[in-house]
Amino acid sequence: MIPALALVLGVTLGLVLEPTVPAALQPYLPIAVVAALDAVFGAVRAQLEGIFDDRVFVVSFVSNVLVAGLVVFLGDQLGVGGQLSTGVVVVLGIRIFSNAAAIRRRVFHA
Amino acid sequence: MSAAGMRTQPDDDDDGRTSDVVRRLLTPRLRRVDLAVAGLLAVLGFAAVVQVRSTQEDGPLATARQEDLVQILDDLTNRNDRLRAEIDSLEQARREITSGTDSSAAALAEAQRRAQLLGVLAGTVAARGPGLRLTITDADGRIGPDVLLNALEELRAAGAEAVQLDGSVAAGEQPASSVRVVASTSFLAGEQGGVVVDGQLLRPPYRFLVVGDAPTLAIALTIPGGVVDDVEQRGGRAVIERSEDVLVGALRPLGEPRYARPAG
Repeated sequence: MIPALALVLGVTLGLVLEPTVPAALQPYLPIAVVAALDAVFGAVRAQLEGIFDDRVFVVSFVSNVLVAGLVVFLGDQLGVGGQLSTGVVVVLGIRIFSNAAAIRRRVFHA
Repeated sequence: MSAAGMRTQPDDDDDGRTSDVVRRLLTPRLRRVDLAVAGLLAVLGFAAVVQVRSTQEDGPLATARQEDLVQILDDLTNRNDRLRAEIDSLEQARREITSGTDSSAAALAEAQRRAQLLGVLAGTVAARGPGLRLTITDADGRIGPDVLLNALEELRAAGAEAVQLDGSVAAGEQPASSVRVVASTSFLAGEQGGVVVDGQLLRPPYRFLVVGDAPTLAIALTIPGGVVDDVEQRGGRAVIERSEDVLVGALRPLGEPRYARPAG
């Protein structure tokens, strides 16, 4: 309950404050958001399977975001930032899909 | 109904029908790690919204990679160069057209001026200016075409620029019939008196309307043995009347020459 409210609060804050993304963060923010989404989906799945752990979620969330940002940063330094960003998004997308499939099976038993 | 009841009274739920998972989801807990989870999710929502907004605002260029941007910049530079060259050529064309219009307008004005001058000579344009009127009466019927031709020659020699000869339709009346005198004008004796000028019968009194330098013209006519003397010896009278404004208004149609062609 509280996490869902917090999510709504964050969305509302973003809509109300209308901040602009700093130039230095611009390449990383979309990847970070996707990585965080991956962590959230994993957390929902774990919750439904009854193995959810707060600490695991916090650590996986932060490390997901950091690793994704680091990979993109490295890619930019190596001159393959575009391709590496695509790769990160693909991997995270696959994970999100598999998590979503697990959630679907758990909720709908199908 | 039981679900709604659980939302408002979660602590009353001890009948075991609700699974642990749902109970844990719905039970308010405020440990530090829960705050961390909530904070992270708030940050996630915030970041997602910010990212979506910035993507919508910035358009496609903001998310393009550096190489793409360089490519786009190159394309734009090339296009800029092409358009600049096009501007140059168009301006050049405009300059040429403008100067062409100017020169053709000048040529047209010059041609019109020449047409006016030639029209005065050819008798197709009315002329006015200082000059004199020479009226010749013929009491005895002895003024023939030779007298008028002499008078015209004297006037031309004195610098007459436009000449018109008037005569009356019937003898003794005011001059009513006009002929513009030009290079091809001919003087013939009429069969029953009078003079045929360019095929038109004129009867006395005759009147020359002359545009030119009036004093010179008057002297040319009044020299001893000149036109005035000649007319008086033949029983007529020649009256010279100077004027600052003589209107040579008789016109002559411009005929196409049958044989002569411009050779220039």
